[in-house]
Amino acid sequence: MTAERERILLAHGGGGQLSSRLIREHIVPRFSNDALSELGDSAALMLPSSAICFTTDSYVVKPLFFRGGDIGKLAVCGTVNDLAVSGSRPLALSLALIIEEGFELAALDRVLQSIGDAARGNNVSIVTGDTKTVERGSADGIFINTAGIGIRLPNVDPGLTQVQVGDRILVSGTMGDHGMTLISQREGIRFESQLESDCAGLAELTCSLFENVPGIRFMRDPTRGGLAATLNEIVEGSRLSIEVSEKEIPVRPEVQAAADRLGFDVLNTANEGKFVAVASPDAAQECLRICRSHTLGRDAGIIGEVVETRDAPLVELRTKIGGRRIVQMPYGRELPRIC
Amino acid sequence: MLDRIAHAQQTIEDSCRRLDRPITIMEVCGTHTVSIFRSGIRSILPQKVRLLSGPGCPVCVTDQGYIDAVMQLADRDDCLIATYGDMIRVPGSDGSLETRGSKGNVRVVLSSEDALQLARERADETVVFVAVGFETTAPATAVVVKEAADEGIANFCILCGHKLVLPAMRALLGGMNDRIDAFLCPGHVSVIIGSGAFAEIVTDYGRPCVVAGFEPVQIVEALAEICRQIAGGKAELKSLYGAVVTEKGNVAAQRIIDECFEPADGYWRGLGKIAKSTLALREPYRRFDAFERFGLEDGPGRENPGCRCGEVLCGSIEPAECSLFATRCTPERPVGPCMVSSEGTCAAWFKYGRARGRER
Amino acid sequence: MCLAVPARIIELDHDRAVVDAMGNRWKAKTTLLPDAKLGDVVLVHAGFAISLVDEEEAKKTWELFAEIDAFESTQSRVSG
Repeated sequence: MTAERERILLAHGGGGQLSSRLIREHIVPRFSNDALSELGDSAALMLPSSAICFTTDSYVVKPLFFRGGDIGKLAVCGTVNDLAVSGSRPLALSLALIIEEGFELAALDRVLQSIGDAARGNNVSIVTGDTKTVERGSADGIFINTAGIGIRLPNVDPGLTQVQVGDRILVSGTMGDHGMTLISQREGIRFESQLESDCAGLAELTCSLFENVPGIRFMRDPTRGGLAATLNEIVEGSRLSIEVSEKEIPVRPEVQAAADRLGFDVLNTANEGKFVAVASPDAAQECLRICRSHTLGRDAGIIGEVVETRDAPLVELRTKIGGRRIVQMPYGRELPRIC
Repeated sequence: MLDRIAHAQQTIEDSCRRLDRPITIMEVCGTHTVSIFRSGIRSILPQKVRLLSGPGCPVCVTDQGYIDAVMQLADRDDCLIATYGDMIRVPGSDGSLETRGSKGNVRVVLSSEDALQLARERADETVVFVAVGFETTAPATAVVVKEAADEGIANFCILCGHKLVLPAMRALLGGMNDRIDAFLCPGHVSVIIGSGAFAEIVTDYGRPCVVAGFEPVQIVEALAEICRQIAGGKAELKSLYGAVVTEKGNVAAQRIIDECFEPADGYWRGLGKIAKSTLALREPYRRFDAFERFGLEDGPGRENPGCRCGEVLCGSIEPAECSLFATRCTPERPVGPCMVSSEGTCAAWFKYGRARGRER
Repeated sequence: MCLAVPARIIELDHDRAVVDAMGNRWKAKTTLLPDAKLGDVVLVHAGFAISLVDEEEAKKTWELFAEIDAFESTQSRVSG
């Protein structure tokens, strides 16, 4: 069987020869670092501080490969971003793979290469991992889990309890790029486009912000559920309310056009290379300046502010025509409509 | 853009001042409902102008019996249900297509052509196309029915739920809700049937009818035109969507609708039976009718107790007047279609907020 | 009840077209618009072109057209 057509067998997850070969020939070379090369049962790390952030996420995205990235890049950047927005510098990740029997080895190599590239690009090491295989039909090609450790930046402790009336809401760039790109490549509603996922690791930018700008209260990456979900989480956690201005929310015209055609709401659509920050007015201005001079924050903008709650905490949008309406927590599944 | 809004607002204010009573305007297009809510148009109108949402959401006015028929077919092992996304979450008397999704025989399609293509590809299953929508969408169904007939595709059929807007408007004015002063007319239905089709509402009922597009500016300008007319004691037909709407409409589309379908009496949720208000397949194409093919009942189904979707659809009550609204009936657990449909009045109220009582 | 968007016909073979809106491209049929030509901007609903768009009229009344204009004029290449 030629290399291109080689596929994963159940035995690759069995812990024996095939597993060993997979790890040594395909996995380790792409991530080599001291901690991993030992292939011990766990990675021993010397941490510069005992104040750490720890997070985990599983990745089951479909399609596996999309414009702007793939499940591998997502698995690294997503976890890096969770650490980044928590005010820490990401250090190390674990990598667990669950691979479906029959998955092409060439595709696996692509995913592994993306993981390695993303890890290097974000200054994190894959220090430990696990590989399992499951029977055909039990997984969608490949599922990935990454857990990550980050070192807390000194004197940085963002949290929703710090949010105050008058704070500004900032987004680091255009909304909806990732979600609409995936939709454009999904079975049944696939269409050709120039849409591209914004999948990217934000740690370099967020560390720069946290280290240089006092007054950042809270930060989150608006992934599933989009900006609408994150804004609603902020009001729920802080018990304050938010007013945002529709015309200040950056959206690429092609993303808006795709959403309009399918009846989707860009505010409910996932982002994988953006953050939302709540900061004091001065801090927000400074963050804006720093963001705009960074590739990943070019289109950053201040979109609204935190206000007093009247009856119940809510997110209100001032529309382009000067009207007002509520932004609700999204249902959890957007469906295309024609009516 | 803001200039146009300000100008329209001024016209509306001036008209309101000239009149000594409120103005009630009904829109009969779910896409208008959504656009109005999403842009917060109510919040920039004076109190005196009351905007009602009518039976313009084709999913909302689809009878419970039809929905249950879809569920019955979805439960079969030999059917593949092809549907627009709008129908996925609508509850029948026992679950929705969404809750049946794990069976794998429900496909969301963006076009009737996709449904027909599925039939070409899956010879061992019968593809049932859930054909809902108004006159804008009916031609798309007619085209594929004709194609299926021409190609002899036997494993394709449609569950026909297409409805016609004008009979519903007449039924409302004829008694169900005669407090409507004017209509904001559906822009895309007008593309098909022509703006001239609404002339009969003006002549027979003396109500202004203005055809509008779907951008907030277009809607606000149409509302201004309506208010201007009413304040001046006039009732005229006007189209402000000349970019795509003509007086005669899309004749090719009208012809193909007429070739495949004929108007039939039908049940509208909440409005009951309206004469010649739905489309039924004509004899040469009746073999594509899923009701006939599977021997299904097409009649009014049982309403969920307490559900007042019907009254909401007539504009007789506002969602908040229904005791189930936001209590037992929410977007997560909808009792009736007005809450689950993305264009349903109740869903729009819930989603876009009536929390502060700023909107009316 | 009728989500429809304007798009330009960039390919046409009998009644089978490919339309483009802000770089997003998808298939549509022109069965209901027999006079549609390559390059026309049409209104597309549920995979069918249902009307020609009068671009002059649209520019006056439809905010979207200013955006389409701006978008199309900044595209230095059209990706295949």
